Amino acid sequence: MPIRILVTGLLLAGAWLLWSGHNDALLFAFGAGSVLLVVGVSRRMDRVAEAPRVYTLGLRPLAYLPWLLWEIVKANLAVARLILDPSLPIAPRLVRVRALQKTPLGQTIFANSITLTPGTLSLEVEDGSVLVHALTAESAAGVLEGSMNRRVARLEGEG
Amino acid sequence: MTDLTGLLSWVLLGSGALFCVVGGLGLLRMPDFWARAHAAGISDTLAAGLILSGLMLQAGFGLVTVKLVMVLVFIYITSPTAGHALYRAAHAHGLAFGADTRLETEQVGEDRGAD
Amino acid sequence: MFSVAMLGVLTAMLLALVAAVRGPSVFDRILALNVFGTKTVLLIAVSGFLSGRPDWLDLALLYALVNFVGIIAVLKFVRFGDLGRDDSQSAS
Repeated sequence: MPIRILVTGLLLAGAWLLWSGHNDALLFAFGAGSVLLVVGVSRRMDRVAEAPRVYTLGLRPLAYLPWLLWEIVKANLAVARLILDPSLPIAPRLVRVRALQKTPLGQTIFANSITLTPGTLSLEVEDGSVLVHALTAESAAGVLEGSMNRRVARLEGEG
Repeated sequence: MTDLTGLLSWVLLGSGALFCVVGGLGLLRMPDFWARAHAAGISDTLAAGLILSGLMLQAGFGLVTVKLVMVLVFIYITSPTAGHALYRAAHAHGLAFGADTRLETEQVGEDRGAD
Repeated sequence: MFSVAMLGVLTAMLLALVAAVRGPSVFDRILALNVFGTKTVLLIAVSGFLSGRPDWLDLALLYALVNFVGIIAVLKFVRFGDLGRDDSQSAS
């Protein structure tokens, strides 16, 4: 626990220094006060629900992010083409996909990745499966094909 | 700034503006809430990414670019979270899907995940 | 050219406003509001560059924060009719 508090405090202090850009005693005091306040509040929140430990993922997200960004670009172009098509050829459907991730953090990343890619939306995550709304048959097939699912599961590592 | 980065940044800004308008058009053209939500996704992801990247090229290396990256990261984390909360609320509320919406219940990875 | 980006963002904001007025359900309106909010963040960022004051990015990030919290608050209000409900007693 103390490590978590220290890490949170250091990150917040770094963010403060980055954004403030002033170096006088008064603003440093404000910064220290804000950091202490936020650390205190987040400790209280941890008692209600333990926050996921993002840093357990290590550097693996660095490999996932470029892939995800490219998927987002491709999906955006597909949906933009649909919008500009005069006949608006959409064929919405609902798909339930079993999430391969074991931790809540992994499932959250998976559901958020689905929503970030236009053409697919995650409606609810229940009992390890995600209810997805897809705009077309192709986007539904893209989710069912499961490469995003497997990549996010690999992101979790062996935990 | 070299001419090439300048040109690239204008291309990014211009196409970002274009995708903003396309997303807005989709918001009006799509027939029901669920389809509109997909159109909203365009303006939240690609348009924001293109415009902020264009600004990053304009700013060059420095504090301004770091701040732009943080704005972008923040949008990419909060936009699907707020979106998911919205879709979940609409779904729980029982907002109707379009009449031609097909329900498929195939489950991917049945062989892998069923341990 | 900053002004072209700004024009695109402003057009999208206008379209989002029209969508928010059209509705029909409250969820459509919140969706349009969310798009409007994201566009506002972009507008602040671009106009900061247009007027040669990139410091406005601080405002852009702040607006992104307020927009997110605001959307969640509105959603919670629509769903429960109350902002101060104790979530540990509900199944959500």
